[in-house]
Amino acid sequence: MEHTSLAERIFRGVLVALIVVFFLFPIFWIFLMSFQTNEDILRIPPRIFFEPTLSNYSALITGKLVTVSGTLDIAFMKNLWNSVLLSTAAVAIALILGVPAAYAFARYKFRLGEDIAFTLLSFRFAPPLLVLLPLSLYFQQLGLTDTYAGLIWVYQLIALPLILWIVRGYFEDVPPDIEYAYRVAGHSWWRTFIGVAIPLARPGIAAAGLLAFIFCWNNFVFALILASADKQPVTVGALAFVTASGIQYGQIAAAIVLSATPTLALALYAQRYLVEGLSLGALKG
Amino acid sequence: MAHLELQAVSKQFKTGKVLDGVSLEAERGEIICIFGPSGSGKTLLLRLIAGVEQPDEGVILLGGHDVTDNAPETRGVGMAFQNFALFPHMSAFDNVASALTARRTPPDVIRAKVEKVAALLKISHVLQHAPQELSNGQKQRTGLARALVADPKFLLLDDPLRNVDAKLRYEMRLELPALLKASGSTVLYVTQDYKEAMALGDRIAVLLDGVFAQIANPAEVYRQPATLSVARLFGEPTINLIPIEPLASPDALKIGVGGAWLSFPPSYAHAVGKSCVLGLRPESIVVETVNSRESFAVDVVAVTPLNEKTLLLLRTADGREILASEAGTDEAPRRRGPAYARFDPSAVLLFDAASGRRVPPQSA
Repeated sequence: MEHTSLAERIFRGVLVALIVVFFLFPIFWIFLMSFQTNEDILRIPPRIFFEPTLSNYSALITGKLVTVSGTLDIAFMKNLWNSVLLSTAAVAIALILGVPAAYAFARYKFRLGEDIAFTLLSFRFAPPLLVLLPLSLYFQQLGLTDTYAGLIWVYQLIALPLILWIVRGYFEDVPPDIEYAYRVAGHSWWRTFIGVAIPLARPGIAAAGLLAFIFCWNNFVFALILASADKQPVTVGALAFVTASGIQYGQIAAAIVLSATPTLALALYAQRYLVEGLSLGALKG
Repeated sequence: MAHLELQAVSKQFKTGKVLDGVSLEAERGEIICIFGPSGSGKTLLLRLIAGVEQPDEGVILLGGHDVTDNAPETRGVGMAFQNFALFPHMSAFDNVASALTARRTPPDVIRAKVEKVAALLKISHVLQHAPQELSNGQKQRTGLARALVADPKFLLLDDPLRNVDAKLRYEMRLELPALLKASGSTVLYVTQDYKEAMALGDRIAVLLDGVFAQIANPAEVYRQPATLSVARLFGEPTINLIPIEPLASPDALKIGVGGAWLSFPPSYAHAVGKSCVLGLRPESIVVETVNSRESFAVDVVAVTPLNEKTLLLLRTADGREILASEAGTDEAPRRRGPAYARFDPSAVLLFDAASGRRVPPQSA
């Protein structure tokens, strides 16, 4: 046990409280806002006590936004579904492509190997706008504009490098002798990959997949440029609340709560894997 | 035809050549101990045979077939890795069974075989444990069990007793030969412990500087080592080496040891005038209090009683220090001080000083 003075403990408590307030208060406030009408939200000074309303959520779920200047159709639920579809498909494809590639980069030395790996990583350095303009031109030529396939493809720019580089580190951590031992025991290369390499890198694969999912989910600019309302995810869909008759803060807040919930739930569920996965080195056989 | 054969196998890494044209032939069921200092390429040799590494040159034949380019899973070898290489995500049972699951063995046969080999290696009680819950000795025996369980035709064991505690190591050293013989496999057994090599091997292959310095049965390696380096590696304490130059004299050969001229067997006449190194095993030196024509004066500097034997550190008249060992007796403890030493001329070894090769006696 370390001994700490009372002052030190109080100081530490205050600091922790400050940090918690700094990070969690906005979330708490958004949560409150989602149950308020626009009038309540814009009242000065703001009030903690108000009459909660579910109108924001009902507007989102029914897709009818009633404003002073008339009724507006919003495709929020469609957007939410698009987010789920796009992110899931993008991560699934990135895993199918990225995990074997990560294994190859970890295990085999081949010509230009490091260069290819670095090029893939550099996709993460470049600002997306840099590639978007030429990409949108290509996509029009190829007929990929405003398609799920096109978006999922572009999302690989986000998901693939992440998965490749995180999982590669995991495969490098697996002693090659463990795989050799499995092969000497009579198993083929493929069965060794499935039976030994993947299970041993599983925490890393789970963590990388989860991070990639969150990054895809939060992406805004690709879908903004490359898709129309019909195919856009929630991040872009939230723009619909900036209407001619004003900004619908209540609906925006409710939309944020709804769209953050899946990733939050996923992160909480997979927290174990994330912590396990991002703190390396549980593999000393 | 040899059951396992290496033909001029070479392997080079960036740091240099590790194996330089190694050749070896093993008969079916033979146990060959590959012995050498660490870093001599013993492990690499096993890895080449298992197919885990590829040789730069040379051919590897298993059961008469060239397998040099074949994948590891097709070679039918069992291997115990030096660093265990157990599968951390499987229980000890599944680790051992992995060699059988690949061969589509029915589950009840797998269970029976795993339990049998586990009982032999005394790991039955830990079969359900994960590898990280095992002690080093248990890990090593699990690895050994995994290599043995499928009755492979070729068994490659990479220092399997290294991490086993001393008591168990002695037990295993007694039990392993029978176990290996019963398996009927052709065994290559890598070790750094010369006693283990002596105890287990039908033959010992001494790997030095990338080639086999000698491949012979244990007694021959000990009594007729091919080179100085081999002689130095076997025996404890190590062999005494004294530079000499045999001289011809009217009645016999003479050598100068410790300031005295001693007669030397005439079968070494061909070594007259060459600069040589005399190899004297500590146990072939007799230390007495009386002088004789075959003795040279020594000073007993230190006495180390080890119960079963006593080690004596002797200093000769010309200042050289040599070690002698005597079988332990109940006699009064030996005193330090002046004494006389002699050796059995038939037990000496003579090496060429320049090449390090042994100079064998010639029958007259």
